[in-house]
Amino acid sequence: MAQEALLSLSLAPVYRPDSMLEVVHLSCLRGERTLFTDLSFTLSPGELLQVAGANGSGKTSLLRMLCGLSAPLAGEIRWNNAAARGEDFNRDLLYIGHHSAVKEELTPLENLLIASTFASAPLTESQALDALNRIGLGGREHLPTKALSQGQKRRVGLARLLVSNAPLWILDEPLTALDVLAVELIQARLAEHLAQQGMIVLTTHQALQVPGITPRQIALS
Amino acid sequence: MGKLFIRVIRRDLLLAYRRRADVLTTLFFFVIVVSLFPLGVGPEMKTLRLIAPGVVWVAALLASMLSLQRLFAADYQDGTLEQMLLAPHPLGVIVLGKIVAHWMVSGLPLALMAPLLGLQFDLPPEALGILFIALLLGTPILSLIGAVGAALTLGLRGGGVLLSLLVLPLYIPALIFGAGAVEAYIAGVSPEGHLSLLAALLIFSGLATPWITALALRIAME
Repeated sequence: MAQEALLSLSLAPVYRPDSMLEVVHLSCLRGERTLFTDLSFTLSPGELLQVAGANGSGKTSLLRMLCGLSAPLAGEIRWNNAAARGEDFNRDLLYIGHHSAVKEELTPLENLLIASTFASAPLTESQALDALNRIGLGGREHLPTKALSQGQKRRVGLARLLVSNAPLWILDEPLTALDVLAVELIQARLAEHLAQQGMIVLTTHQALQVPGITPRQIALS
Repeated sequence: MGKLFIRVIRRDLLLAYRRRADVLTTLFFFVIVVSLFPLGVGPEMKTLRLIAPGVVWVAALLASMLSLQRLFAADYQDGTLEQMLLAPHPLGVIVLGKIVAHWMVSGLPLALMAPLLGLQFDLPPEALGILFIALLLGTPILSLIGAVGAALTLGLRGGGVLLSLLVLPLYIPALIFGAGAVEAYIAGVSPEGHLSLLAALLIFSGLATPWITALALRIAME
């Protein structure tokens, strides 16, 4: 997959060179178990942070907290020197969670168009078709998503990566159920995003090979 | 923001169209419950006229309970709700769009169907008209208040029963004024007062409940 071909798809980025994600003394409690305490890190433009840890160590909880979906027990999360919450933060954020927000009743095209509406960067139909084509769903744009395979459904959700111009990406297991080709495509897109001074926080159990990038890692235990 | 509102409504209507069976279940439930009463009570015209408004309204409340649980459940399960929470827009606007779409597929058909069903109860034509207007004003209230309950019980086991216990008591004012409007007309009094109060209730719940629902959804997603 050629790098230039990918680039042509992305919309005008809204990155600021001084963007920064700061996590200060974060603690998380799930039920009665403390998942992590006193977690601090910062993320600057062009950096990729891989959250590692065993199943149940709190990776998803951390990512949901970074998005502002759940509140930390203690500590705070700051985006560009303000609390990471609210509409301005949401505009800068792309979150793809464990459930990829794909509706089985809708076609891949409808799914992508609707997702882009919620992200307030509405796509035209030809842009959406182009993105689906690139992610390997060409010819299946108008099938109901429930007729697709597991990996293809994941691709429908991940197609948002190809059309997002948000600077901060938070991705929960983006490579699950994907074949080798799709994994390569996603990793190339991640590299491109980082080259454009984007930031990525992700979890994955697969070996991550983003061209030209050594991912930073934090381990939860 | 208006555009987003329209897009949310269109999305939910499209989803409802793809799941037509769910929508038809609500409508058939309403039709069957209302039609059982004349059969059970017998051809006593006076009694039928007397119970008609109450029967139609109670059936509408129960029918609306059937569809309420689905209001947010599917979006909750497939992760769409997370995306709505993270959208750079006020969540209340998205929620209101979903409620309006919900009313269009589960409340509006009931109101349209009611005059036809009212014939079984020997209601005079004007009373049928008032029944229709009362339901047109009242069914959106059911969707609006019901949305709060649906959001509060989201993801709970046995949420359906809890939802009924939570929401049905809150439906009482709509039931009283809605059924009261038709009863007043039959008794020879102007139904205007009842309908005005119903309209006031609609405006109040239209302004307040989307934001309360949005808050409840944020809590449910924690």
